[in-house]
Amino acid sequence: MIKMGAKVNLISGRTIVQGQNLDNKLSEEYFNEVATCELNKADMERLGVAADGHVKVKTSFGEVVVKAKEKGGTPEGVVFIPMGPWANALVSGNTHGAGMPQYKGIDAEIEPTEEEVLRIKDLMKTYME
Amino acid sequence: MVEELLIRNGVVYDPINGVNGEKKDICIRDGKVVEEVRNPKVIDAEGRVVMPGGVDIHAHIAGGKVNAGRLFRPEDGRKGREAKTKVCRAQSGYSVPNTFATGYRYAKMGYTFVMEAAMPPLAARHTHEEMVDIPILDNAAMPLIDNNWMTMDYVKSGDTDLLAAYIAWMVKATKGYGVKVVNPGGTEAWAWAKNCDLNDAVPYFDVTPAEIVKSLAVANEKFEMPHSIHVHGNMLGHPGNYKVTTSTYDLVKGITPYRDRPTMHATHTQFHSYGGTTWRDFESKAGAIADYVNKNEHVSIDLGSVILGDTTTMTADGPMEYSLYQITGRKWTNHDVELETGSGITPFLYSGKVSVHTIQWAIGQELALLIKDPWKLALTTDHPNAGPFIGYPIIISMLMSKRRRDESAADMHKVIYDRAELPSIDREYDLYEIAIITRGMTAKTLGLHEHGKGHLGVGADADVAIYDMSPEEHDAGKIQKAFLNTKYTIKGGEVVVKDGEVVAAPAGRTFFVTPECDSKLMEEMLVDLKAKFEHYYSVSFNNYPVQDAYVPNPYEIKAPWRS
Amino acid sequence: MVEITDVVCSLCGCVCDDIVVEVEDNKVTKVKGACAVGKSKLMGHGRIESPAIRENGELRDCSYDEAIKEAAEILAAARRPLLYGWSSTVCEADKVGIELAEEIGAVIDNTASVCHGPSVLAIQDVGLPSCTLGEVKNRADLVIYWGANPAAAHANHMKRYSYISKGYWTEEGKKNKKLIVVDVRKTATAKMADVFLQIEQGKDYLVFSALRALLYGYEDVVPEVVGGIPKKDLLETVKMMKEAKFGIIFFGMGVTHTRGRHNNIVNAIQTTRAAHTHTKFNIMPMRGHYNVAGINQVCTWETGYPFAVDLSRGYAWYNPGEQSATDLLIRRECDAALFIASDPGAHFPGESIRHLAKIPVIQIDPFPNPTTEFANVVIPTAISGIEAEGNVYRMDNIPIRLRKLVDTEYMADEEILERILEEVRAIKEKEGE
Repeated sequence: MIKMGAKVNLISGRTIVQGQNLDNKLSEEYFNEVATCELNKADMERLGVAADGHVKVKTSFGEVVVKAKEKGGTPEGVVFIPMGPWANALVSGNTHGAGMPQYKGIDAEIEPTEEEVLRIKDLMKTYME
Repeated sequence: MVEELLIRNGVVYDPINGVNGEKKDICIRDGKVVEEVRNPKVIDAEGRVVMPGGVDIHAHIAGGKVNAGRLFRPEDGRKGREAKTKVCRAQSGYSVPNTFATGYRYAKMGYTFVMEAAMPPLAARHTHEEMVDIPILDNAAMPLIDNNWMTMDYVKSGDTDLLAAYIAWMVKATKGYGVKVVNPGGTEAWAWAKNCDLNDAVPYFDVTPAEIVKSLAVANEKFEMPHSIHVHGNMLGHPGNYKVTTSTYDLVKGITPYRDRPTMHATHTQFHSYGGTTWRDFESKAGAIADYVNKNEHVSIDLGSVILGDTTTMTADGPMEYSLYQITGRKWTNHDVELETGSGITPFLYSGKVSVHTIQWAIGQELALLIKDPWKLALTTDHPNAGPFIGYPIIISMLMSKRRRDESAADMHKVIYDRAELPSIDREYDLYEIAIITRGMTAKTLGLHEHGKGHLGVGADADVAIYDMSPEEHDAGKIQKAFLNTKYTIKGGEVVVKDGEVVAAPAGRTFFVTPECDSKLMEEMLVDLKAKFEHYYSVSFNNYPVQDAYVPNPYEIKAPWRS
Repeated sequence: MVEITDVVCSLCGCVCDDIVVEVEDNKVTKVKGACAVGKSKLMGHGRIESPAIRENGELRDCSYDEAIKEAAEILAAARRPLLYGWSSTVCEADKVGIELAEEIGAVIDNTASVCHGPSVLAIQDVGLPSCTLGEVKNRADLVIYWGANPAAAHANHMKRYSYISKGYWTEEGKKNKKLIVVDVRKTATAKMADVFLQIEQGKDYLVFSALRALLYGYEDVVPEVVGGIPKKDLLETVKMMKEAKFGIIFFGMGVTHTRGRHNNIVNAIQTTRAAHTHTKFNIMPMRGHYNVAGINQVCTWETGYPFAVDLSRGYAWYNPGEQSATDLLIRRECDAALFIASDPGAHFPGESIRHLAKIPVIQIDPFPNPTTEFANVVIPTAISGIEAEGNVYRMDNIPIRLRKLVDTEYMADEEILERILEEVRAIKEKEGE
């Protein structure tokens, strides 16, 4: 049974630790930083997800499991995933004639999950199936 | 292997050597003109016009603002597309051609040397990177040294020796050729969205543009510099600016040049020869400017003659480009450069149906026809400001044919008969005069004739243009066609163009000047300069000078201090 | 131990050139003056150890010669090859890349197409009133970051060039300056701001329009709230803009990546022009990679266009939105790809990666990354700015030369590309073209 998740606006962007590990993407540090999803406190509570609990984020283009992280300053209804393979699993390739995919402002659904977060090599394998 | 070439029976125009249409052989060995050859390849130039390779004294062909022009005008890029060949890289662009097209097209017109007219010192590496990518042409670039804070500080303190030391450091650090001046003081003022007239005080610096020009001319002549200061004066493009122009010329009167050349080269004079008070009563003052140049020896000029049609204007004169953008409402790019200069870029269309453009069009040609001595002027379009360099053959045909000028004028705005002199001028240039304003004068004014450029005397670089026309040709259309695509262009002894096609594209050389300055003076100047880097520049002192890697084919000219 | 001064950082578009590095036993052991991100880069990470070719799903180590030959064969056989990346290497390598693209009739695209490509499109529409970073340092009394978070992405930017820096007319640093931040999230940068405008996601276009209207004096047409920002805050912002002696807008991917894309930037530039009718105002994109500005420059002077250039016709054809890397991949049009100095495995939409997994891919990079996971030929390379020198362009298009700090056995990007080009030409000659 597909449980409908909460509707959110998905954005992505840089973080310091993501930047520090640009040349080190197969590392634990990169995984811990980038395979995450920042939400504000109210949204965490609404979803009933604890810090480091897993959430599944779905868009029309794909779905991915990441760790939830509470982050003040994130507005309600917006979720932030640091730029990288996990965020991009959710991005469409449609550039609307501008050459540029829409990396920010994607309609997404989010729900708590027991599923594991895919490691980078396993995530890439999903593209080869 | 000895490479020999013999150009046989051409009709040679070599003004620096006083050769005026003589049937003559040119002997070439190892890239140089020699007395005789033994076993040469022969090019038959029977009945054709032969000239030294063209030397362009002022064009914007490489560097930040040229590339900003290309970048923001893909519509211009689409105009000049040509696929790659075995010899040539892919080409694009009309008013802002890519680097490869720039080299090929100049070579096809018989040019072998081009001076990049404005190099922002902080971005000098960029200019050099592009020049390396321009095939065939030998080249050089003039760093902007007039709106620089260091310059204004020394102008204010009145210390022209320290100013000279700064010039020496700057020209060397940028691997540049000489001192370029663009809207002195006005470009610094533009960093606050203001501008300066010749005698206005530059905001915060307490000097005037007039003082800047004069001091730079004095400092420049402290060295054996091959070229005078090269000046784009204040108030470019403003109605009534001709008085500013002659006042600017007056500033350097009495300064003794190091050798037999003017103390100021005033560039794209068309834009500085305007009468009237507004665009409504705008009129030509080419006559007044020509009169000044005829009566004086301390100024040389180039035309900045207009080519009708679309182009991309670009200059370090930021406020001027902003004014132009306000007139047209078209796209506008600006790039101010810390402690040194600025730049603006905007597209522009010169139309023969518009009164102002018609008068501008007339002025460039009037200057050429009213200045009596062709050794005082050079053919330019201030590429691409008054039009792209590819239009030079049009100007040549106009200067050589009164009939063509009359026919063109008849198609243009009738204002040409009231507020311009052109229709009443009968003079026609001959090929010798054309050779002067496209190679002889330009090579001499830049001091390049002493380094093998602009002539065909023994020892000169074997840069030769053979035009597919008879010296008797009077048909303007045929003249234009011949000057657009040579029968042969030879660069350094190698045939690079044959029958209007590029057949070889060797790398060009970069000429640069090393002014030599007393080490104590230099040390004193460096204290001031390093303080500027410490506090105000965003690049460190040690990363600033252009490294040798950027000039893979160097030609150094030393400029000793005059004792 | 050797101390090297004036080291140029090869991480982000700030290209800080005053770093001090200590080298011991041919290794960088200490870095002073770089930000946390730059320091991490200079200190180094695990490398791709050997050239490799994928066989039966696994990478098999091989020699440079073998990998280069294999790469050349893939490219020479391809009908619609894509050469992509170019932003984290030097201009000297980029030039060879463009020549290679011409030789094989490839599409050559760079990371701008997923970064500031929309800014390029906007500049092609309206131009860009801008300046060098030193101008901002010396003159700016109003700094606006819009959709940009330098505290995370360009950590030295404020200190060296903008809000916190000290210059000629700004000798007291931030004391006499104002900082406005416009962002969806209250970022670390936003927390420093005098005015933080928390904008609703995707409403940048509306807010620029409102500011423009106010700058031109049309207060009556602006509603009480625009994009989540109260009108009074917009009025206050406009007052600050008009009263500034020198204002600058730095904008980031918050504006380029979102709905509206280049239209947002056109509006941002038009807003700058509106402010320029009152005072000096400039605008600058916060370029990401240290040489993304450089590949745009080189590509422009060599082909006429800055990115997404199609050379299949023999001359350059430019229509981004038709032949950007993403568009080519989504249409499943390209049949081979070379990636250099970039990591599409991490930074392209999943949808495009799906096609990449099906075609031969060549990776040229110092580091293993997600792209390595599906690359068929992997060619490790020297790190520009640490093991190799060369020219790069800072975000304000100022060219600076990267220094070489240590020796390496790895081949430099430029040499690898030259050798591939040589091999490709040999193959084509053999085929009697």
